[in-house]
Amino acid sequence: MTNYLEFEKPLAEIEGKAEELRAMARANEEMDIEKEAAALDKKAADLLKSLYADLSAWRKCQVARHPDRPHCRDYIDTLFTEYTPLAGDRNFADDHAVMGGLARLDGTPVMVIGHEKGFDTKTRIEHNFGMARPEGYRKAIRLMELADKFGIPIVTLVDTPGAYPGKGAEERGQSEAIARSTEKCLQVKVPLISVIIGEGGSGGAVAFATANRVAMLEHSIYSVISPEGCASILWKDADKMREAAEALRLTAQNLAELGVCDRIIPEPVGGAHRNKEATIAAVGDAIRAMLAEFKGRKGKEIRDGRRKKYLALGSKGLAA
Amino acid sequence: MNWITNYVRPKVNSLFSRREVPENLWTKCDECGTMLFHRELADNQNVCTSCGHHMAITARARFTALFDGGSFAEVAVPEPLTDPLHFRDQKKYTDRMKAAQKSTGEKEAMLVAEGDIGGTPVVAAAQDFSFMGGSMGMYVGNAIIAGAEKAVELQRPFILFSAAGGARMQEGILSLMQMPRTTVAVEMLKEAGLPYIVVLTHPTTGGVTASYAMLGDVQIAEPNALICFAGPRVIEQTIREKLPEGFQRAEYLLDHGMLDRVTPRTKLREELTTILRMLLALPAAEITPPAKSEAAPTPEEKAAKK
Repeated sequence: MTNYLEFEKPLAEIEGKAEELRAMARANEEMDIEKEAAALDKKAADLLKSLYADLSAWRKCQVARHPDRPHCRDYIDTLFTEYTPLAGDRNFADDHAVMGGLARLDGTPVMVIGHEKGFDTKTRIEHNFGMARPEGYRKAIRLMELADKFGIPIVTLVDTPGAYPGKGAEERGQSEAIARSTEKCLQVKVPLISVIIGEGGSGGAVAFATANRVAMLEHSIYSVISPEGCASILWKDADKMREAAEALRLTAQNLAELGVCDRIIPEPVGGAHRNKEATIAAVGDAIRAMLAEFKGRKGKEIRDGRRKKYLALGSKGLAA
Repeated sequence: MNWITNYVRPKVNSLFSRREVPENLWTKCDECGTMLFHRELADNQNVCTSCGHHMAITARARFTALFDGGSFAEVAVPEPLTDPLHFRDQKKYTDRMKAAQKSTGEKEAMLVAEGDIGGTPVVAAAQDFSFMGGSMGMYVGNAIIAGAEKAVELQRPFILFSAAGGARMQEGILSLMQMPRTTVAVEMLKEAGLPYIVVLTHPTTGGVTASYAMLGDVQIAEPNALICFAGPRVIEQTIREKLPEGFQRAEYLLDHGMLDRVTPRTKLREELTTILRMLLALPAAEITPPAKSEAAPTPEEKAAKK
């Protein structure tokens, strides 16, 4: 069953009608509905294409958060071999919102780290909806250090609503953990490649996405604050999230213009969730291409390049 | 009512209205309610003389009290783009900026300066909460980078006073990018082997706490300062339970191992001097000249100490 988003309702109706027709035809063999059903299919395909051709910022937020969107685990399972999860922060716990470990990409070892949101109620709770606690960042720091020590490139897959706003998370130094993780990103001398696959939520995303190259899926978002949060602070009305999403310029397209996103990975028509295999393959190709840029480069050059890139950010604004 | 009341009343009224003090002469302490005379309060760096409550202080006033003889030279900060996203909520970002500039008399939310503290040359940066909540945008990022570069150039320690609600939403992703940018500044200091001391003041929250404000070699906070990533209101809404007394306040963080020290503002100057001089392997400061000129020791006092 397809999970339709609110703005896909008209599409749901057409696809529903086509499905109904086919069901009737199955029950009554004399009916010839194929022509009509095919017309409906065509109408649905056209509508899907036009709906996704020009998504508003808020609609992109909904697509980026779509429950059926491929998640970190899907990418790891498909793109890498010998994935060997490494757990724990050696201090307090293992944070299941962050998965990470050694793996091979086309035979080459990489350290892969990402946020996992979970795919049903049980796993969502287990992964805390992709909201890391301090232990998650500290695990990432540990894995980045390990990768750095052995000259293994790092690939991060970012998909988080943000850091977890909880009592324990604050008591155990959420801010410090995020700051140190960002710092570690800036210290390692191996290539660090990041792909925003869904939601890049604030500090929780920066902690992993301070990278030599940042790619974003076409309908993913990356923002300083959620549109809902921004609306409630600046508009004093959480229902103004559409306006806030627009104003924040959080789409991959806006971010590419600002120089924050280095590469946009196209999604299949109708979004990543309508063709997971194609999406995952495209992300794989992008990771390979970005890693290839750093083949044979010296560690210091790689690290300094990353720092320079961040220092230079902000020199480009958006066209009026 | 008779002729005499009619005659006396206007006089009495005028007397009262004359005695009505302009609001800016007296400040009421939010904590204990004591009325504090402005000069006395300013002399005590906006710390209530009755209960010790720390009120907000501008970056400029802080520097005047911090640097020897109140003298410091501002470090130039490269101007960022104005309103790169053409941001507009209920008001235009450019209008909000103009209003903040008008009400504070400052250009932006951070001031960077160089000078001596207790005879120790330093570079310092202070965030101004009164300027759009001290929010971290490109200017603040540039200011921290400029400060760190100046410190490296002059081979001096860098002291940073944080105060901010977080990142400046009106600059969208570019405000978020100040987290890695300012962290690069911290790395510059680290690699140059220069001390980086952070003084967290009320309030320091959000992306500011989660970047440069938590990366100091020594982390000091002013008493009762709110220091957090997610604010208490957001947490209460998420976990739906009452938070403990003093949660996310400086003393609570000290208890949880997140800070080195909690130090009153009036003692900061002395403490920073002591710590810096040890880190820099300089001899102990013999005399710490107080900041305020009127409180400066008389020649006799100076002679007596020698």
